[in-house]
Amino acid sequence: MEKNNHSHRQLVIMKQSLFDQGLLDEQFIQLEELQDEANPNFVEEIVTLYYRDSLRLISSIEQALKERNMLDFNKLDTLMHQFTGSSSSIGAKKVKAECNLFREYCSAVNIEGCMKSFHQLKKEYASLKKKLEAYFQLARQVGLSEAECHSK
Amino acid sequence: MNLTNGKGSISTVTTTTVSMKSGEGSDQFPAGLRVLVVDDDPTCLKILEKMLRSCYYEVTQCNRAEAALSLLRENKNGFDIVISDVHMPDMDGFKLLEHIGLEMDLPVIMMSADDGKNVVMKGVTHGACDYLIKPVRMEALKNIWQHVVRKKKNDWKDSEQSGSADEGDRHPKASDDADYSSSANESNWRSSRKRRDDEEDGDDRDDSSTLKKPRVVWSVELHQQFVAAVDQLGIDKAVPKKILELMNVPGLTRENVASHLQKYRLYLRRLSGVSQHQNNSFLSPQEASFGTISSMNGLDLQTLAAAGQLPAQSLATLQAAGLGRSAVKSGLAMPLMDQRNLFSFENPRLRFGEGQQQLLSNNKTNLLHGVPTNMEPKQLANLHQSAAQSLGNLNMRVPGSSTQGNPLLMQMPQQSQPRGQMLSENISPRIPRLPNLLGQSTVSNGISDGLLGRNGIASSSRGPSFNSVQQSSMFFNSPMNQSTEMSVTNFPLGSTPGISSITTKGTFQPEVNSGIKGSAGFPSYDIFNELNHQKPRDWGMTNPGLTYDSSQHANPLHGNIDVSPSVLVHQGYSSTPQNGHNRDNSLIGKSPFSLGESSEQGHFQNGVQNFNPLVENSTRVIKSEIVPDASSQTSLFPDHYGQEDLMSVLLKQQEGIVQGENEFDFDGYSLDNIPV
Repeated sequence: MEKNNHSHRQLVIMKQSLFDQGLLDEQFIQLEELQDEANPNFVEEIVTLYYRDSLRLISSIEQALKERNMLDFNKLDTLMHQFTGSSSSIGAKKVKAECNLFREYCSAVNIEGCMKSFHQLKKEYASLKKKLEAYFQLARQVGLSEAECHSK
Repeated sequence: MNLTNGKGSISTVTTTTVSMKSGEGSDQFPAGLRVLVVDDDPTCLKILEKMLRSCYYEVTQCNRAEAALSLLRENKNGFDIVISDVHMPDMDGFKLLEHIGLEMDLPVIMMSADDGKNVVMKGVTHGACDYLIKPVRMEALKNIWQHVVRKKKNDWKDSEQSGSADEGDRHPKASDDADYSSSANESNWRSSRKRRDDEEDGDDRDDSSTLKKPRVVWSVELHQQFVAAVDQLGIDKAVPKKILELMNVPGLTRENVASHLQKYRLYLRRLSGVSQHQNNSFLSPQEASFGTISSMNGLDLQTLAAAGQLPAQSLATLQAAGLGRSAVKSGLAMPLMDQRNLFSFENPRLRFGEGQQQLLSNNKTNLLHGVPTNMEPKQLANLHQSAAQSLGNLNMRVPGSSTQGNPLLMQMPQQSQPRGQMLSENISPRIPRLPNLLGQSTVSNGISDGLLGRNGIASSSRGPSFNSVQQSSMFFNSPMNQSTEMSVTNFPLGSTPGISSITTKGTFQPEVNSGIKGSAGFPSYDIFNELNHQKPRDWGMTNPGLTYDSSQHANPLHGNIDVSPSVLVHQGYSSTPQNGHNRDNSLIGKSPFSLGESSEQGHFQNGVQNFNPLVENSTRVIKSEIVPDASSQTSLFPDHYGQEDLMSVLLKQQEGIVQGENEFDFDGYSLDNIPV
């Protein structure tokens, strides 16, 4: 019980910090509201799906950026548009902001800007992934202990 | 049910409320609302599905637009509302939206991360009932049922209104029959309409709660019938009641027809708006009216003829372009028709000239007939190529709007023949494209076979596939098949007295309609048809191809287009003065008019002239692709010309004319250039 409460508190704090840091936004809460008994790990599933699917987009963009001085900005913009949609759907606030910045550089035909922004985007993307993984892990622990508690 | 598709197009079918067949049980509504979600992003798709299921809706997911369309087509009454993403890899969301609106008449909600005003506006103009910005929130989805209710309510009202409105417009005095007796269109249909609305509202209120009105599924066949009926009547005169009578489909009510007609008109208007732009660019001011239409039609027909398969979209585009609300558009159709008529019958040139114009205006809508039908992207692609040639001009503009979704359109511009025949400035002669199209499209095969015959193609094309395909095939085939009849039918040139009669008759080979629709002004067709024989066709699509068909039919495509160059040449000359007029737009369009006007050559000239542009386009297409088809193309000319003659001329034209054709001045260029 004690441990449970502690973990639970930890979870709450962790989540709050994610929001405070601007990593997550309202949409994440929407997802959490969808979580129910039938889908207890819905949010985690969605985030996992997101990271899996967006990996493909990331590598496409990376590939396209390899063209160096002959960037196909339209293509980059299209790819990034897709990525923006996905990221916003899970509530990845900072990642989404970086995406928009990237798109702005695209329309300004700013190669440097695109490179820099994409680099930053990847960093945010990876950082969020790690933090969310930790969060979900704790959430599962809490869930398990709570279940244990209840069953006792 | 688990619709797992190898392609993964359809992920799953969730059946939250399996029992809800009709979609809304009055007691549980909106629970059980059957929603189809289309989005290529799996994350969003999953989130949406979960959200919708928490609203107790029955959700089906789809990650590809094409799969969604086939799913919708297979289950005509299986869904109540569709939610689709705007940016999808295989098809533009707006294109999907159009298809759904026309074929299934379901409310469609667009969504995108893009909240730019232009995109949202596009959604509005394409008929989306709502536009959601991603990320989509639960609250936004909770109320989507309102769109279903609203649409049903409006359908009821619209059907009544459009019915009375149509009648009112058309017969301001005549009182319609019983149905609209109250509308008393004679004096004040508006007031009567109001009255009717009131009555409707009352009825609606009774029904809306249950929303039990069975939805009519507008299948491809049904839509084609509808289009044919509208063509026959003339878009301006197409009253739901009459359309219903012509269609003669048991179980179909006037309301169904009326609401569908309304949508169809919107669709045409939209297309014409685009095409118009295109056309105008090419046409010289004077000719603008004629040229535009003529060119469009001519092009369309040619393309169709050439391609044999006008993709429905192309046709639509053509039609739109031709029909475009502008009379000019119809001009296109006319030229083709006129040609035919000229040749085949002694149609007074004047008739053409005037008739065409009239027809043009009237036929605006015709062009698009049948276009909306289910054109699968692939088929469209095929059609595009063929249609692209002629349609290229027309479609040049259109594609702009929905490039993605409209393969035809896109292709057309590319394919537009350099000749200048292509109306659109973008016409970049690419004959080679045609071969692709022809090769690809099965329909075109028909043509290449020499006449697949319109029958052959028609039947095949008629299929659920695209109307355009059919039409294109028709287009090509018709000439061939028809040696006797110019089934021009599709051009609803009802309005023009002289021509209209002929045009409407053209039931041109229904198949062709789809493709040919581009040429709105098929007045010529009508004439031809009459002369030859009208094949009542439910083309619905005023396919420029029609005119071609006639001629084509005359010449079995089996590669024997022996159209005597002389004949063609001759025509080309006389029409010159006029042709020049048409030049840009569509060789086709012009000819009819010019022919009419330059009586010297008699219809022949006109027909030829018109034909030339078309022929050229088509020949171009044909030439590059299929010689045999070329013959069919030549058959565009009136049957009486002798398909062989026409064909040969066409073929020759293809070879030599390309350059000159842009002028369409028919200074015999096309014909002249044809090495006889």
